[in-house]
Amino acid sequence: MNKSELIEALAEEMHVPLRDASSAVTTILDAMGDALANGESIEIRGFGSFVVKEYDSYFGRNPKTGEKIKVKPKKLPFFKVGKELKERVNESAD
Amino acid sequence: MTLTKADLVQKVYQNHNFTKAQAAEAVEAFLRIAKKCLNTGEDLLISGFGKFNVKKKNARRGRNPQTGDELILEARKVVTFKPSGLLRSRINGD
Repeated sequence: MNKSELIEALAEEMHVPLRDASSAVTTILDAMGDALANGESIEIRGFGSFVVKEYDSYFGRNPKTGEKIKVKPKKLPFFKVGKELKERVNESAD
Repeated sequence: MTLTKADLVQKVYQNHNFTKAQAAEAVEAFLRIAKKCLNTGEDLLISGFGKFNVKKKNARRGRNPQTGDELILEARKVVTFKPSGLLRSRINGD
């Protein structure tokens, strides 16, 4: 499923025009992105949580050439699936 | 600070002509649809945010780290998240 399919499903469930469903989804995703960009975490019961991990700079290697390169410090978001979703996904048929 | 469902409802309520109840329903429906998608084993691709994958893990032999006893970890399905390039650069302030 992609974003536009999710928006269509939301419009149908809420009986609202696509336009409204689309902007609501955008608001939700923007709020989540803003929180992570500010280094905040996200916790949604039954779905999961996101935390931002910070990495110091380190020396890595270009796997192709073997050349040593400095990797700049970076932040990455991590998702931890919530208990309910984890169990439901695992129980679902193939 | 942690972003929660209540914060998302508040954002949707502020940014749209929704009642409080409709805003809550929009967030609930969003999560319900996302979970339903993953529960059926389908990946969820949200452009500009990231991709939720359902990965199948084969059964493997593991160990109880506390006792050292060998045990069989059964085949299972897990949800993984890969942030989009856009989200990554937002988090890193690029």
